[in-house]
Amino acid sequence: MTHDGGAQRLVDLLTAQSDEFISQWVRSVGESLRGRISLTELGQELNELYAAILSGLQHGGLASRGEAFAEVRSLLMELSRNRARQGFTPTETAISVFALKDVLERSLSGGGEEDVRAYLQFARLLDDLGLFTVESYARTREEIISSQADQLLELSTPVVKLWDGVVAVPLVGTLDSARTQVVMERLLQALIDYDSTQAIIDITGVPAVDTQVAQHLLKTVVAARMMGAECVISGIRPQIAQTIVALGIEFGDIPTKGTLADALRHALSAIERDRKLAEEYGGGLL
Amino acid sequence: MSGHPPGGTAQRRDEVVLDSSAGVVKARQLVRTLAQEARLSLVDQTKLVTAASELARNTLVYGGGGRMQAETLTVNGRSGVRLAFTDTGPGIPDVELALTDGWTSGGGMGLGLSGARRLVDEFELETEVGKGTQVTIVKWVR
Repeated sequence: MTHDGGAQRLVDLLTAQSDEFISQWVRSVGESLRGRISLTELGQELNELYAAILSGLQHGGLASRGEAFAEVRSLLMELSRNRARQGFTPTETAISVFALKDVLERSLSGGGEEDVRAYLQFARLLDDLGLFTVESYARTREEIISSQADQLLELSTPVVKLWDGVVAVPLVGTLDSARTQVVMERLLQALIDYDSTQAIIDITGVPAVDTQVAQHLLKTVVAARMMGAECVISGIRPQIAQTIVALGIEFGDIPTKGTLADALRHALSAIERDRKLAEEYGGGLL
Repeated sequence: MSGHPPGGTAQRRDEVVLDSSAGVVKARQLVRTLAQEARLSLVDQTKLVTAASELARNTLVYGGGGRMQAETLTVNGRSGVRLAFTDTGPGIPDVELALTDGWTSGGGMGLGLSGARRLVDEFELETEVGKGTQVTIVKWVR
């Protein structure tokens, strides 16, 4: 019953001075965000939130995770989502909630024991809502990061047609199993799409070639060969070459070149050679 | 981890937890930064980063996760980078076999451990079956 009494006292307090509280709240949050969000927008957000908290208190008391606070939670989720997207820190996000405590605290100076108890209960409620805000903030950031990782995976593995019969994949960054899988699929598909017999894998943008990267590269080359295509690995810089030798990795009979230009020359001469061979020996049959 | 040799001073220390492949990426980045700070040549930077990549992945895959401690150090006016990879995994029953080129207990090429040893100046492997493994490597500025 004390909870309900406290909640009722809070409702009275918050209703009586609502305009004053809201404007102080908006000002205090606005200061902490230093003009990176317009006061009008902030005012709208906090007005809605204030009304939702008030209605939550009226209907559900102080149970912040209860049914009555569903709207508060959805507003907070939206707020933290927007803040996370706009690049605000977790502190700057949570302050939107915590600042309301300060506002109320100031108005309580000289208040009775009942007011203090009500304030403490309200503080606990806001703490909980603040935690909820940080949680949703973190969740949004995780969503952003994982969607960026997916985008990067898509972006960083283009297969380009370099010449008639020649496709190339310029690899940039770290080659892990997931990316290699994407590269391999794209490359094999491009061989079909562009009717190519030569593929160039350029690793100029790969910072380090360790055994895992090498193993991934070798598998890709073997798969391309099974489809009748020849693969050249290019972009082997001096430091990478020395490291590969020291590691003991052997690329076997896979041709490797220093630059993409050399690889293209190699591929074109291979195409030319195949054409001549076909003319000399296969002319009668074709 | 063994103490510093007399006259040696560690200048910068850092640590990376190896509990996922993101940890391996982080370890590589840290090692590259330290290698640049220690003024290793580009070839030596690449060799050290590659060795770190192999050992970090071993720690993760075979050791079930662990950590990498990294530091730049100067001993007798010579500077370098020291890395220690520690796990509390199953340990290595036959060290000689594990250091043989082409031998693997997993699906790799079997060059990680032996190759890493060739990429660095000092290589020390301590292991106990059932307790875990620690590999310490040093690369000196030439």
